Amino acid sequence: MLQQPYDVEVGAGTMHPETFLRVLGPAAYRVAYAQPSRRPADGRYGENPNRLYKHTQFQVILKPSPADVQDLYLESLGALGITLKEHDIRFEEDNWESPTLGAWGIGWQVLLDGLEITQFTYFQQSGGIDLDPISVELTYGLERICAFLQGVESVYDLRWSRDKTYGQIRLAEEQQFSEYGFNRSDAKAIRAEFELHEKQAKELLDGFASTEGNLATRYPLLPAYDHCLKCSNLFNLLDARGVISTTERAALMARVRAVACRTAAAYLQQIGGPTVRREVRG
Amino acid sequence: MNRSKPSKEMAAEKRVEVLLEVGCEEIPAGMLPKAEEDLRANLEKLLAAENLADGVTVEAFGAPRRLVAWVRGLREKQADVVHEVTGPPKSVAYDAVGEPTRAAQSFAEKQGLALKDLYIVTNPKGEYLAAKQVKRGRTAEQILAEMLPRVIHDLSWPRSMTWTGLDGARFIRPIRWIVAVVNGKALPFSFAGVTAGDLTRGHRFLGKGPVRVIDFRDFERKLEANGVIVRPAKRKEKISKELAAHAKRGAYRIHEDAELLNLVTYLNECPSVLEGDFDPSFLALPDEILITVMRGHQKYFAVEKRGGEVAPHFLAVINLLKDPKGLVRAGHERVLRARLSDAQFFWESDQKCRLADYLPKLERVTYESRLGSYRDKVERLRAMARWLAEQWFNSGLLQAHVAEADRAAELSKCDLATEMVREFTELQGIVGGLYARAQGEPDDVADAIYDHYRPVGLEDPIPRNLTGCAVALGDKFDSIVGCFAVGLLPTGSSDPYALRRAALGIVKIILERKLPVSLSLAVGAAAKALLTNAPKRGVTPLQEAQAVEFLLDRAKFVLRERERFSYDEVNAVFRAGVDDLVDAHKRLAALKAIRKSKNFEPLAVSFKRIRNILEKSNFKNEEALGIQPDLFESGVERELFTAVRAAASKVQAEKRAGKYQEALEVIAGLRKAVDSFFEEVMVMADKEAVRRNRLLLLSEILREFTTIADFSELGGEERK
Repeated sequence: MLQQPYDVEVGAGTMHPETFLRVLGPAAYRVAYAQPSRRPADGRYGENPNRLYKHTQFQVILKPSPADVQDLYLESLGALGITLKEHDIRFEEDNWESPTLGAWGIGWQVLLDGLEITQFTYFQQSGGIDLDPISVELTYGLERICAFLQGVESVYDLRWSRDKTYGQIRLAEEQQFSEYGFNRSDAKAIRAEFELHEKQAKELLDGFASTEGNLATRYPLLPAYDHCLKCSNLFNLLDARGVISTTERAALMARVRAVACRTAAAYLQQIGGPTVRREVRG
Repeated sequence: MNRSKPSKEMAAEKRVEVLLEVGCEEIPAGMLPKAEEDLRANLEKLLAAENLADGVTVEAFGAPRRLVAWVRGLREKQADVVHEVTGPPKSVAYDAVGEPTRAAQSFAEKQGLALKDLYIVTNPKGEYLAAKQVKRGRTAEQILAEMLPRVIHDLSWPRSMTWTGLDGARFIRPIRWIVAVVNGKALPFSFAGVTAGDLTRGHRFLGKGPVRVIDFRDFERKLEANGVIVRPAKRKEKISKELAAHAKRGAYRIHEDAELLNLVTYLNECPSVLEGDFDPSFLALPDEILITVMRGHQKYFAVEKRGGEVAPHFLAVINLLKDPKGLVRAGHERVLRARLSDAQFFWESDQKCRLADYLPKLERVTYESRLGSYRDKVERLRAMARWLAEQWFNSGLLQAHVAEADRAAELSKCDLATEMVREFTELQGIVGGLYARAQGEPDDVADAIYDHYRPVGLEDPIPRNLTGCAVALGDKFDSIVGCFAVGLLPTGSSDPYALRRAALGIVKIILERKLPVSLSLAVGAAAKALLTNAPKRGVTPLQEAQAVEFLLDRAKFVLRERERFSYDEVNAVFRAGVDDLVDAHKRLAALKAIRKSKNFEPLAVSFKRIRNILEKSNFKNEEALGIQPDLFESGVERELFTAVRAAASKVQAEKRAGKYQEALEVIAGLRKAVDSFFEEVMVMADKEAVRRNRLLLLSEILREFTTIADFSELGGEERK
């Protein structure tokens, strides 16, 4: 499947339902998509050559994990125009974990001449559920790979098109969102929004628990997950604003995780229910 | 009853060798040394269990994509083992006329032998029917086919994974091939869905296809031709040589880092060293930060000029033979430039405000939920640092400054809220010290902040100035007392607040700097700081006592492991009571010195005897009756009493003057009087009054002369 980016703010391609939910359950699945990813705390007002408020990931999920997945991955670098033999490419231990999603995996960061270009992960758990079979997630950092291919120092110098650079297209966005995230966001309002989204997610999940039969198959769990994603992004905004203590930080993360885990469990129940869940029509 | 002995037909046995390679996706470099060791130990253990370990050499080698074992001198076959199996007694096995009974027949059947093959043995219980059974040894191949999967399975890892699903094998990373060759022949077995064979794989990019191997030497040679140096020692040597060559060429020296050298040895199958440069303008950043950026993220070696300051070059270890087009070098330089820009951004943006301005931000950094934030901890730390500096000043350490200790404590944790420390957590303290210096704090204060996490281990230096010692001790006492107050005692496996390290740090600072610190008073001061500052938590006397005990325990460890005092010496001194570690050290040194004199060990034996007598007789010295000289019955008794009284006053005088060795010599001088006493006097006399009087004398000896060290702890078996 070639998919579109998810249209809700996310911090990583993993949060797209095409990853978070699809890796659950037994069905084989392969999907790829680009995903703009927002990380408010990484904002640098457009002044840092490769740290961004919003960067773009290219996400690949292979379920189950093929035995030659590392070779496939390296071939993909070759396809991008990187001559493997001429470069120092290595897989260095880096186990990925998302405490807000109750997800973690074992793997590496892939370094190309010392530059981290990909996160390579064998998913072990998602939404607190042990995965079976195991999916491989390949997360390519597109800006970094492009900067490497184009030989530029700063992502802002990337050629986006023949006559436009990355900076011309995105610099203002980086400046404004950094300013907003660090100095201007309204923490009180964000906290209130967090509560609202958490409440809606919980209500939906409570409702699912008391729904039976045919109704359960069309029960809106995907919207519950959207609310969970909203909470995650709002949490990131609060964190960047520097208004939460380490204890509160852990508590908020645990709340998002609780919703994510309940969603995952409900989703598994839904797809494994008496009637087979219809795949996306059209 | 079965008796077994290996048969003697082992002559001319053939020895074979085994090659095992577990081919994996990249194994984390930090785990490889232990994995090599485990692999070797597992093989040795399992071979021993099969009686095959004799004369065998096992070596193990790790590289990112493989764990290799080389077994040499293995017998081709287990020795046959002959058992004698005893059956029924002769009287049951044969009837009156000497015919075999039903019992004899069924024993023969059970043994699978004819009656004529049975025989009679005589053992202490009488005569019995017996049979000889030979257990044929299995071949090494048969055994290895069962053993090797277990060897792989039994390797333990800090965090294993599955790559197929819940029913699949678990290992540190997916296993993709296995080589198992015994005596030149592939040994087929399966593990984790992979069938073992004789095909290995070379370097990911420098190797050419699968490679067939017949034994370890062949394997090592062919892998080298395919870009893999199997032996870590050889890889390390190659890296060291190339580092040295670059240093020579560039006329600089390597910033030595044994841990990094080990890491890159296990990160690369084909290591080569490459030199790169960075813009000298970055040298405006402090060396500590430059080195951390190079080392931490990029695993580069920093290089230094003759004066010790960082030079604008780096040495990267790459997993390739060469870089003819300079592409790899350009890549690494670009990455480092970005990393250094990041550090520069933090350095500048952090200092847009002063260090003290970060204090309010510490309110949001929790130390421990019941012990409050780092802001709270800072207030307690200030109180402790002031208290210590004041104590020291009053006891004559005139370079102790209360105001500076207070200021350093106040600023010590501010860097926790800076971007630089959020990015490079290993630079906590150091960054605060650097900022303090850059912002014009006195050197004494800046150095104290810089050093106050020290020492982080037994080998790490202590803070360089007294102010730093006050802050470091204050911090550690607060951590220990605070955590004990909320029940966070370290257990065997878990010590999340690193209290053992804190306690070791306290001991090391006090001993090395010879600081007058009463552990019980310091714990009391920390408890008071916890009560009078947020979170205003009380510490029970029991918890305080536990904290002191915990510190004493660590002190014993340091005195044994680092100061090389023996178990019994340390126990003797600590049993006599310790509160001041410098004093304890002096007493230990005196004890160690005097032990060599000839009177001492026998005296120690007598002290043990005295303690035993007093314990056995349940003697309690409660009624302060005092020794009555008129109750002495013999001359030696009186002599001992006189000698004891004379020695006691001398010992006290020497002790007051801090002359422990002299005091101990006085005590050692009592040996003759004590010996004669025990030779001639029966302590447990029939007459109650006489007996009591003697016990009183002995208890006075114990009381008077065991205040430096309790000699009854000396000698005998070393207790752990």
